[in-house]
Amino acid sequence: MDFRFNIILEYAPFFFKGVLWTVGLSLVGIFFGTILGLAIGLGKMVRNRLVRLPFDWYVHFFRGTPLFVQILLIHFGVMPMFTAQPNPLVSGAISLSLNAAAYIAEIFRAGIQSIDRGQMEAARSLGMTHVQAMRYIILPQAIKRMIPPLGNEFIVLIKDSSLAAIIAAPELMYWGRAMQGQYYRVWEPYLTVALIYLVLTLSLSKLLHRLERRYDA
Amino acid sequence: MIRVTNLKKSYGSLQVLKGINVHIHEKEVVVVIGPSGSGKSTFLRCLNLLEDFDEGDIVVDGFHLKDPKTDLNKVREEVGMVFQRFNLFPHMTVLDNITLAPMKVRKWSKEKATEKAMQLLVKVGLQDKAHVYPDSLSGGQAQRVAIARALAMEPKVMLFDEPTSALDPEMVGEVLAVMKQLAKEGMTMVVVTHEMGFAREVGDRVLFMDGGVVVEEGTPQQIFDAPQHERTKSFLSKVL
Ligand SMILES: Nc1ncnc2c1ncn2[C@@H]1O[C@H](COP(=O)(O)OP(=O)(O)OP(=O)(O)O)[C@@H](O)[C@H]1O
Ligand SMILES: [Mg+2]
Repeated sequence: MDFRFNIILEYAPFFFKGVLWTVGLSLVGIFFGTILGLAIGLGKMVRNRLVRLPFDWYVHFFRGTPLFVQILLIHFGVMPMFTAQPNPLVSGAISLSLNAAAYIAEIFRAGIQSIDRGQMEAARSLGMTHVQAMRYIILPQAIKRMIPPLGNEFIVLIKDSSLAAIIAAPELMYWGRAMQGQYYRVWEPYLTVALIYLVLTLSLSKLLHRLERRYDA
Repeated sequence: MIRVTNLKKSYGSLQVLKGINVHIHEKEVVVVIGPSGSGKSTFLRCLNLLEDFDEGDIVVDGFHLKDPKTDLNKVREEVGMVFQRFNLFPHMTVLDNITLAPMKVRKWSKEKATEKAMQLLVKVGLQDKAHVYPDSLSGGQAQRVAIARALAMEPKVMLFDEPTSALDPEMVGEVLAVMKQLAKEGMTMVVVTHEMGFAREVGDRVLFMDGGVVVEEGTPQQIFDAPQHERTKSFLSKVL
């Protein structure tokens, strides 16, 4: 099997741009996904069933349908309602954020509910308000438990950002497909792309490991 | 200090408390005994509204708990609680466990809260444990810290829910000793326990609960030496 390094070199500037967009999409997804996820997670913990319902269904929808479909719906269905020329990067970022938020909401809820009920009771019995108990007792313990699943979700998010290639968002996967289309070669573009994703996810995973250990100390 | 009238509470269709009337005076030590599932914990937890109740009235230190104008956090500041499973905050040192509520709720300075905490740690015999984390404590030590944590708020009443039930037998004594000392100092206490020796020695009054009602109450002598009801007699014959 011959392996043409020269065409990889030729595409290097595109891959470089693509990586930047992939990282950008992922960071935007992590940032807004986390904020939105926290809000939805709190919404899901409201006692009132009617208030909880929309949050429950948000999570059902975004976890129960493929991200692929969500991206197409948002780019070709939702975005055109707001702008004549939807930007695929914007559509991709929105899809990823909304999708990640559903998973992150569950991580938040599970993290908070995993803390023994006795902790809240002890805090309240000392006269703390619900907010004080959350802030000083529940959240510090819950966040520590959320780090591993959150890290996992962030890694999934980096990989899932590749689906934005389908709406021609010029991230890493898009350039891999472009290269494949130009040269009719399989190994060069896709192995290169795979390797770059691997470097990204492994770096993030290392970073999270360090964070976890610092929290443990 | 605490007046409970016709207290009723159900979980779904299961009525757990079926009309309880109890009056607890200042400086009194009331011990609650009874078989498992008789509603002792539920009764205790209603006294600081960790558990909501359906009917009846509870007045604690002049606050009507069901009155919407009552600030429950204010009531809880005056009512300390000690749990069977300690419920220390595992992410904080012993000292921080004790000083947190006085600082955040009573708005004491760090110096004042720390001074109070150290006094209490001396009192429960754990002054050398101030800077360790709860998971390095034995059960008996953890429970003594939990008592110190509750006392740091300077409550008017202390509630104990089976404070020695989760302890190895050799550690029960050290916790009971702290509670005895507290009783001697005039703390108003409501204690759910299976330690009949403690009930007899320290209790001013014993309530026997069964099936969600107070079946019989009286001095320890009356309850232990001359129980009137069949259910009391049969319960005591099993535990003594
Ligand atoms: N959160 C709850 N939901 C439903 N049922 C409950 C709940 N808490 C307690 N119960 C039920 O209420 C009854 C009384 O419980 P409670 O804990 O007050 O009994 P207890 O006298 O403290 O028993 P024990 O000696 O075992 O602690 C039991 O039948 C119990 O199963
Ligand atoms: Mg109980």
